[in-house]
Amino acid sequence: MSGRLELLVGLLGAALLVLLAWSVPWLRFVLTIALAKGITVLGILLLLRAGQVSFGHAMYVAIAAYAVAFVAPWMPEALLLLPMAALVSAGVGLVIGLFVMRYREIFFGMLNLALSMVFYSLLEKLYTITHGTDGIRLPVPRIAGAELTGASYEWAIFALALVLAIGFAVLVRVYLAAPLGQALAGIKTREARLEFMGVPARYVLLVAYVFSALMAGSGGTIIALTSRHVTPALAYWTASGELVFIAILGGAGSVLGAFLGAVVYELTRVYAAANLADAWQMILGVVLLLVILFAPGGLVGIARGLLLRRRTA
Amino acid sequence: MAWLSENGLLLGLAVLDGLASAAAIFLVAVGLNLVFGVLRILNVAHGSLYAIGAYTAASFTLFLTARGWPGWLSFPALVLAAALVGIILGPLIERLLLKRVEGQEPVLQLLVTFALFMILEDVQKLIWGVQPVANEEPMRLLGTVDVPFGADVIPFTAYQLFVLPGIALLTLLGLAWFMRRTLTGRVIVAVTTDREAATSQGIDAAKVTMLTFAFGAALAALGGALASPTTSMVPGVGASTIVLSFAVVATAGLGQIEGAAIAALMIGLGRSIAVYLEPELEVVVPYLIMVLVLLVRPQGLFGILETRRI
Repeated sequence: MSGRLELLVGLLGAALLVLLAWSVPWLRFVLTIALAKGITVLGILLLLRAGQVSFGHAMYVAIAAYAVAFVAPWMPEALLLLPMAALVSAGVGLVIGLFVMRYREIFFGMLNLALSMVFYSLLEKLYTITHGTDGIRLPVPRIAGAELTGASYEWAIFALALVLAIGFAVLVRVYLAAPLGQALAGIKTREARLEFMGVPARYVLLVAYVFSALMAGSGGTIIALTSRHVTPALAYWTASGELVFIAILGGAGSVLGAFLGAVVYELTRVYAAANLADAWQMILGVVLLLVILFAPGGLVGIARGLLLRRRTA
Repeated sequence: MAWLSENGLLLGLAVLDGLASAAAIFLVAVGLNLVFGVLRILNVAHGSLYAIGAYTAASFTLFLTARGWPGWLSFPALVLAAALVGIILGPLIERLLLKRVEGQEPVLQLLVTFALFMILEDVQKLIWGVQPVANEEPMRLLGTVDVPFGADVIPFTAYQLFVLPGIALLTLLGLAWFMRRTLTGRVIVAVTTDREAATSQGIDAAKVTMLTFAFGAALAALGGALASPTTSMVPGVGASTIVLSFAVVATAGLGQIEGAAIAALMIGLGRSIAVYLEPELEVVVPYLIMVLVLLVRPQGLFGILETRRI
């Protein structure tokens, strides 16, 4: 897909989301969460580009969400909370990244998994600080100094998520086209050759890792501001698996796919949970299997296939 | 020393507890390791097989007691449950799912097992419900034993003292013998080391893969079945088991059998000692051990460094 076409499709998609959120009020919440997850999945895409799967990125979502929960009572301003929490996530990402950069593939995935489980356990067990599985409720923060309530607050957060989503999507496109992003693919194919060329592979991957932590932090902030209730479940390993799931569902490697995947995932989940409370996980699992077995290119791959067929016909 | 005499009893209890839990973790982890060896996939659904083994064992015991059959039958029922899970689910999963993504990107293969995990989690809820399920018969039958500890004695259930570690030890010895001395075992090792070279020697790699997967699944189910009398099963037990056995496998190094036993002991003991000293840290200990080990030895305690491809 050419850049201009992708931009057009992206803007159309954004308009469609606004229309959906406006015509079906309860979808506003679902779509805001979907956008937040889409932003997080952009980070997963960067790591997938380098052939690495993190089964622990929900930790960065949770770090930012808890940072918001702790700071919000002292600084109830969403526009300040957002960069604060995202930077906290990125900072932790830098420290952990320096350590996990030494590992690849399965060990990389498992170390991320292990660290996220340590964080999850601490959130659950340190009751005096985190209130355990009960989680923490957030006050309604101001947005740009304005005290909003009800629907107008929801709209404001939705708009914030949409702006962030578009901003990060463009940024990721630019990043992937730049040498630093192009080198990621080299890590996947043959890292040693990359280093023979004088490209420091660990540094390349570290930049992507910290960037992905930053985006997960932004997603986590939006989730905290929307649901206004943070629990340790945000950091559980199944939440991390869900992020990789969305990346594959949408179509690995595609920026639009991250958001398409996130929206389809959230809608399927809400619909299945409402109608088949005991089997929603099973339905999602079957969807994932069908995508992997019959459409490994994800939803974007299906769309591209349809488009190409029309052009050749 | 004063601390030891005060807390010695607790420590002794912690060690006994740790041995029992290490036994169950070892069975699951060694199965995961075997499957990884031939398929090069970390099976996320491995924990679900553990849970299904545990639930099936509980159902068998329930069936036995409802019929009024002798209670000792619940012991062979544990093994039967594990074998059934391995024989039925193992080949089904391998042939219908994993075989179809053979040669695809590792991410996709990993996600296939994640999808399977999601499906099996709900299947458990649909079959066994969300209320805790218990399997008390085997533990009750054997009663407790007084373990001498210095001047004191610790009463401990005979099941956790003898049956669990005993079967784990038998499995360890049997597996080590099987892999090194029998033809089938050596064929599995050959496929693990170099699939292509093994195939060129006339080994049916596809058949070996299916067999090994079924065997690994049975080991996971055996771990679950044997652990079922010691705790009650609730939804989510599979999800926590799999991350624990990941930790054991990573600590030991991929593909190690004896190493997995040592890592399981370290993690099992570390966890149970933490329960008595700092209960908050119990869940964190396995991962801390793993992270510390990987910090010093990135390939795990006993793992072999792979040569770098140029």
